Amino acid sequence: MATRGFTGRPREPEQKDRVPPGQHLVDYFPVLTAGPTPHIATESWKFTLKVGPRPVKTWTWAEFNALPMTKMVRDIHCVTTWSMLDTTWEGVLIDDLLADAFIEPPTKFLLAHSYDGYSTNVPAADLLTGKAMVALKYGGKPLERDHGGPARLLVPHLYFWKSAKWVNGLQFTERDEAGFWELRGYHIYGDPWKEQRYTDD
Amino acid sequence: MIDTINREIRWQEARITRIVARTKTLSSFFFLPPEPFAHRAGQHVDVRLTAPDGYVALRSYSIASAPNTVPEIELAIDRLDDGEVSPFFHDVAEVGDEIELRGPLGGHFVWSPTNGGPLLLIGGGSGVVPLLAMIRHGFAEKSDARVVLLFSARTAAEAPFLDDLLAIEAEWENFTLRLALTRETPSRPSDYARRIDGPIITDTIKTLGAAPKHVFICGSNAFVNVAADRAVEAGMPAEIIRTERYG
Repeated sequence: MATRGFTGRPREPEQKDRVPPGQHLVDYFPVLTAGPTPHIATESWKFTLKVGPRPVKTWTWAEFNALPMTKMVRDIHCVTTWSMLDTTWEGVLIDDLLADAFIEPPTKFLLAHSYDGYSTNVPAADLLTGKAMVALKYGGKPLERDHGGPARLLVPHLYFWKSAKWVNGLQFTERDEAGFWELRGYHIYGDPWKEQRYTDD
Repeated sequence: MIDTINREIRWQEARITRIVARTKTLSSFFFLPPEPFAHRAGQHVDVRLTAPDGYVALRSYSIASAPNTVPEIELAIDRLDDGEVSPFFHDVAEVGDEIELRGPLGGHFVWSPTNGGPLLLIGGGSGVVPLLAMIRHGFAEKSDARVVLLFSARTAAEAPFLDDLLAIEAEWENFTLRLALTRETPSRPSDYARRIDGPIITDTIKTLGAAPKHVFICGSNAFVNVAADRAVEAGMPAEIIRTERYG
């Protein structure tokens, strides 16, 4: 049902194919975080890949930066309803991480972990085949602390809370285990095109 | 303090029953949903506006009212000149209009008297809204939690709900208000005439008489970053600090 007197901003027809329902475009990069913004020095930065409780491989900042780098240009969508088109990222594909650790996906699910205690769950299929990366650069520059620097997960086809800031590990899990926001009322998967914002959407 | 939402949060057509101006740019809109819901202080609702061609605009607004005080939900909406939804509310919406909303939503930036204190609240401008809901709830239940609000605004006239906060402070001995005004000198000597800094936070914590159990900070990202960094430097563990930033 239409809202009396509401017309909304003028919109381009092609936006319909790129901006999911309920989203609107912004021309700056908003910051939303559940706690204080951590300070993480690259000298002490580490990234650990785990299968269940077992660490498989840990990379230092220098080792991580020596992995193959990939560029991605993607549209991103935050559950708080902002979207940005054509954002440019550079980092290490999850495929390349697994290859460097010499493992095939042992389970169908992962949890991403962050320095601030944050976590979020993503199915393995959504992280592989070039779909996702650990991003070190945004817009050609080192990722700012506000946006998750030195490194954040980038899973651009899901709502952006899945793209964990200050990421320091990926963990394969036997089952799909809810992460921080998924335990606090947000959707377990988070497809923007299906508007999977909250638990029962 | 994880709040798992067990029931489906459905869209409802809520009628606007009152509109009350709070500052030059911020007004309270009171909504009466056909199926009233109990929220926790700090939670928000999503509001959905639909254009005649089916285009939908969705925004989240923090609830300003305390749980269980009135059947209405009070949303404080700041008019953003380049906004799409807030100008609609300020320029078009009227009492009697039906607006789609759903809630309550959000399970992190929430507090109830049962969560206890002491409570350190830091708000910048309209970031005070979810903190106001916490203060109103504590006051309504005469909570024995000590609560202090450090509230930053440019001027007293631009500090939404200042009269309400002063009235609560006068009646509820557990609540202390500290203003930090950046563009004028406050009339009370206990307030501050500068931006929030480390000494202000340390001073504010002292009014609690004990270390805070929970810290809630809400405002613009720049404001929250400064306040959270100073709170950590003042000895607050990062784990007890919850933040909410305007997108």
